[in-house]
Amino acid sequence: MSFNYLVCVKQVPDTKNITGQAMKPDGTVNRAALPAIFNPEDLNALELAIQLKERYGGEITVVTMGPPSAAEVLRQSLYRGADKVALITDRAFAGADTLATSYALSCFAKNATKFDIILCGRQAIDGDTAQVGPQLAEKLELPQIAYVEEVLSLDKKKIKARRAIEGGNETVECHLPVLLTVIDANEPRPPSVKRLMKYKRARTRSEISAKRSSYTEAENIANEEKEYRKKGLWIEELTASDIKADIERIGLKGSPTKVKQIESVVLKASEMKKIEATEQGIRSLINELIKEHILG
Amino acid sequence: MSLKIGNVWVFAEHEGGKIANVSLELISKAKELAARLGVKTEAVLLGNNIEKSAEQLFHYGCEKVYLAESPDLEPFTVLPFAHILINLAKQHRPNILLFGATMKGRELAPRVASALLAGLTADCTDLKIDDFEDKINNKFYKNKLMQIRPAFGGNIIATIVNTWQDPQMVTVRPGVMKLCEPDTGRKGQIEKIKVSIPDHLKVLKVIDRIQREKSVDLQSSQIIVAGGYGVGSKENFKLIYDLAKTIGADVGASRAAVDAGWIDHDHQVGQTGVTVRPKLYIACGISGSIQHRAGMSESGIIVAINNDPDAPIFSVAHYGIVGDLNDVIPKMIKAYKTKC
Repeated sequence: MSFNYLVCVKQVPDTKNITGQAMKPDGTVNRAALPAIFNPEDLNALELAIQLKERYGGEITVVTMGPPSAAEVLRQSLYRGADKVALITDRAFAGADTLATSYALSCFAKNATKFDIILCGRQAIDGDTAQVGPQLAEKLELPQIAYVEEVLSLDKKKIKARRAIEGGNETVECHLPVLLTVIDANEPRPPSVKRLMKYKRARTRSEISAKRSSYTEAENIANEEKEYRKKGLWIEELTASDIKADIERIGLKGSPTKVKQIESVVLKASEMKKIEATEQGIRSLINELIKEHILG
Repeated sequence: MSLKIGNVWVFAEHEGGKIANVSLELISKAKELAARLGVKTEAVLLGNNIEKSAEQLFHYGCEKVYLAESPDLEPFTVLPFAHILINLAKQHRPNILLFGATMKGRELAPRVASALLAGLTADCTDLKIDDFEDKINNKFYKNKLMQIRPAFGGNIIATIVNTWQDPQMVTVRPGVMKLCEPDTGRKGQIEKIKVSIPDHLKVLKVIDRIQREKSVDLQSSQIIVAGGYGVGSKENFKLIYDLAKTIGADVGASRAAVDAGWIDHDHQVGQTGVTVRPKLYIACGISGSIQHRAGMSESGIIVAINNDPDAPIFSVAHYGIVGDLNDVIPKMIKAYKTKC
């Protein structure tokens, strides 16, 4: 018995740890200054895939869509236990909303090996939308199990999983293939030192080309690619045409939602009345609240 | 161009026939949007033996309910629900389709949007009707839905517009839209939908379910006393409870206090907890991160107690007390008990 797992991951700016350095003088966030990290719940999705592979066998493919620098989350995935990785990268994907993103990921999935289980983190911390998972499932005509905490059993036909619901959880059973969105209910393992030593040298074409000076010809890069492939250190980069994506349905063009306006949240100075922390000060506050019928 | 535009729709969420508060909030908002557009407010109600629940939607101003009843629709599973919504939306082309940003809403709406090739904005905190000029593509859109939401961990507020064909779809955070006054005399029309769910959409079976009542429902609280990291310990939360009990309030908490294990997650106020708008919110030892303020800044009156005079919570407070809560709270209790 063995299964093909696909894990969809995203590199995101670390919005949870905004330090002084990432603030512009006007009090707004400088996105470019935020460190890029592996989206936390995507690590939970990868961890679940690794656990399933350990229990039931199979092969894990990790895919991400992003700029060439997103190759870093794929290396991170290799350190933790991914068997294959792929980077979907093309300027034509820029500006994609969740609909265009799920379409691009669906093109990748349709053109790759047939996957039994697709795993996504529930949501990414830069947008918090939780939309790409269910939209990808719809595009691939797969059932979805959202908010998965744990997989209880798996065989060639069926998966049984526990998922969170409002105020509790439920156990569900579903046919394969299926898409799962995973919440932070497991503890992602740290990178394995052995795998890290090997895969820290894994590279994409963009990374190799960037190292070479402009006059080096394509042939050298091709030779280098061969070397990397032989050692299993080649990270595949795929363009829109590689995954046979309809150019009208990706990037800004393929995105129905447009951003009209962005406002930074700036602390507004309200008209606060200062109350002295004395018995008298507090008594007058309580009496005022009672008089205004705010307190009964 | 005199193309008739569609109506404003709400997906009416329920649990065992009890309509979710967020759906009633959405009906209240939908009515306002529909009035502005000169169209009707309608809802989609899916389940089994739930016709009676439609009444409540009418009381809040819904004019028509599309009702589908079948054993296949109880309990909630996403595929049959999506199937019916997709077909209904294709048939009637609503202008706007609103979902609560609940766990159900957030897994159902994207599935529907993907099939309809509709734009979808998650977790909106405000909705308005306005015109949109797409300067890049030199296009003008009249009377579009402005979908306003926090993004980037709450550090920015974005206004999003759906420029493709209708419906314009959003999920809306529970607790942020004001509930209108229900009128029990109000009636509406029910249109029954014939349900036939294809077998391949019944592949997911719910085997078991463990659900408990929330220990507190802060969204309906009139007065909330909330404690943060500054409370210092689980034991010291007794102070918060004491004040709450004295003045007839419910107890809330910041994420820091919940993460520290001092109080249950049901009490958490803020972006990853509940959004509240009580008459009075007393923040004790809460510094006031963006995420927390996003969940309580619409409260009627905000009183903040903090020993740090620079704590951001003071920026949204109406009354600020700089001091140690261990000293201030007992004084408040005493003052209330001996009120004049």
